Amino acid sequence: MVNSKQGWKAWLYLAPAIVLLLIFTVWPIINTVRMAFLDNYSGLRAAGGEKFAYIGFGNFAKVIEYRGFISCLKNTVLLCVWTVPISTILALLIAVALNSIKVLKKALQTIFFLPYVTNSIAIGMVFAAMFNIVGSFYGTENELIVTAGIINNVIEFFGGEHVNWINSGSSYEANMFVMIVYIVWNALPFKILVLLGGLQSINKQYYDAAKVDSAPRRRIFMRITVPLLSPMLAYVIITGFIGGFKEYTSIVGIFGEKMGPPDDAGRLNTMVGFIYDALSANNQGRASAAALILFGIILVVTMINMHVSKKRVHY
Amino acid sequence: MKIVLKDLTKIFPSRNKKAGEEVVAVSNFNITIPDGKLIGLLGPSGCGKSTTLYMISGLQKPTSGRIFFGENDVTELSTEKRGIGLVFQNYALYPHMTVKQNIMFPLDNLTGKDKMTKIQKLKRAYETAKLVQIEDLMDRKPSELSGGQQQRVAIARALVKMPRVLLLDEPLSNLDARLRLQTREEIRRIQKATGITTLFVTHDQDEAMSISDMIVVMKQGVVQQVGKPQDVYDNPANLFVAKFLGIPPINVFEGEVRGEKLYIGNDCVMDVKGVSDCAVTVGIRPEGFIPSENGGLACNISNIEVMGRDVSIVSTHAASLNPVIRSIVNSDLNISEEKTSIRYQLKPNKVFLFDKAIQERIPFEVK
Repeated sequence: MVNSKQGWKAWLYLAPAIVLLLIFTVWPIINTVRMAFLDNYSGLRAAGGEKFAYIGFGNFAKVIEYRGFISCLKNTVLLCVWTVPISTILALLIAVALNSIKVLKKALQTIFFLPYVTNSIAIGMVFAAMFNIVGSFYGTENELIVTAGIINNVIEFFGGEHVNWINSGSSYEANMFVMIVYIVWNALPFKILVLLGGLQSINKQYYDAAKVDSAPRRRIFMRITVPLLSPMLAYVIITGFIGGFKEYTSIVGIFGEKMGPPDDAGRLNTMVGFIYDALSANNQGRASAAALILFGIILVVTMINMHVSKKRVHY
Repeated sequence: MKIVLKDLTKIFPSRNKKAGEEVVAVSNFNITIPDGKLIGLLGPSGCGKSTTLYMISGLQKPTSGRIFFGENDVTELSTEKRGIGLVFQNYALYPHMTVKQNIMFPLDNLTGKDKMTKIQKLKRAYETAKLVQIEDLMDRKPSELSGGQQQRVAIARALVKMPRVLLLDEPLSNLDARLRLQTREEIRRIQKATGITTLFVTHDQDEAMSISDMIVVMKQGVVQQVGKPQDVYDNPANLFVAKFLGIPPINVFEGEVRGEKLYIGNDCVMDVKGVSDCAVTVGIRPEGFIPSENGGLACNISNIEVMGRDVSIVSTHAASLNPVIRSIVNSDLNISEEKTSIRYQLKPNKVFLFDKAIQERIPFEVK
């Protein structure tokens, strides 16, 4: 306990952190809320002396009606709904497998962790190359499209028809598939790390006891490993959803700033992308309103997550 | 179910490969455990008693030797198929399940013709819970139970599938002294009620002696003696067993046999018929001393401890290998507190002679 006479000292020591937080975190948040309620607020025009009127929820209505917003929201939600469960289940299986082997454990652990320390834009470009169709360099005039990406090479090696994943004329489903594969791959290392740590802290005696109780492996996994790991699972799922709703760089990594295949720019845009677009159009009012909508969505989803985990998680 | 262990050996390879030192945890263990008995595996920590238990459970593989349940060789059988119940030292109750779920878990795993309906399972779980008197705690989580209650849940979980063999690893070590007394009687009662062949591991000789039908004393992986608790106490095979059993511990002296008479120091204490002249180690139980004016063993009294029913006389003797000698005599004898020395006569059946080098028992005729 801090003696009340000494209280000012405590505040003094905290001051540097508090000042920085006030300037760079608290004020921007307040400002975001303020800008969201000003009619088409623009920082540039405000600097020129223009005044903006408070218009209540007008900016929010505009955001929702804005061209491309619904598609951004849909993309974001779809990516979340697909990638979080897939990556969590995969990470769980990989962590359990890693935990049960002895040989090559360290080497495999390192390999699975590598994506975490690499730049997602750079990796995105590699993925783009892997899924690419590069026609003009190899083809003749009559046969322009020749596959060059390794994925299509593999498909053709097994006698399949090559797929136009990300180039001009590709389908939305193919685009989404590439995004899901990439995001899952990118999300795995962190989740494996957390789950493996959790697995290693489970007392081995529970497994001995389960053996004595003649439990088959699948039931041991479902009724002992998963419940005992549930705090970690809840953690990776909640942070996974939060991260998923903020998806942006992964799409830039594969499709570039156009956020879509060359012939349909913006097709894969997300909520964060929408906010950036509004900012670059110098409409901070619209960007702020969109940011608050995104914040609201994440808040609601996290609360649902927490509510579910209260019932399902055994601490 | 009878259990037979034949030349059971467990060798742990050295962690440090260069040093190459192996640890022999259990060495050539041979025993036949009769059906329906309670057996105590007793020894100091690190003597291989838990390893033996885990080999019987199948959680550890023996390096060599065979294990038989009845007539069946189960050495190669995995734990799941042995049909044993095991109570771990720290119980290993599943923390996320209620008591009921914990007890029912082994039943959920039954397959084939043993498969039970939900109602049958519940019925069996409640019957078992009743046996260990925890039927009021069925909806609690293990973290909400006391140590003694957790221990009973662990026993119930081990018993519920009606195992052929029940194994308990230091079942009482996490309980306080009072609860320990109570629980060991409980274990005895449950074992009698179910008639399941039960093996339990302990380092507490009091615990093992009080409830076992048979005890096995081990030291450094080697069985020292097997027998009924009273027989082992009365007739220890070697100095280790004599020292390990009994509270207060046995008093040990340097001694010598000359002309069929036993000398401790210069005192000629008793006749030992049939022993040839040699230097010996003498063990005398605390209750083997009779204060007597013309007794052979003369000791200096350093202290008298009153224990109510008995009196414990703490004394010293030059030839004693322990710092003090403890003798327990009836308090009716009224030993004066002023006394500085005392002479003892010895009860021949409480005196044991051991070979000085190999520490094996040397028998002599008791009149």
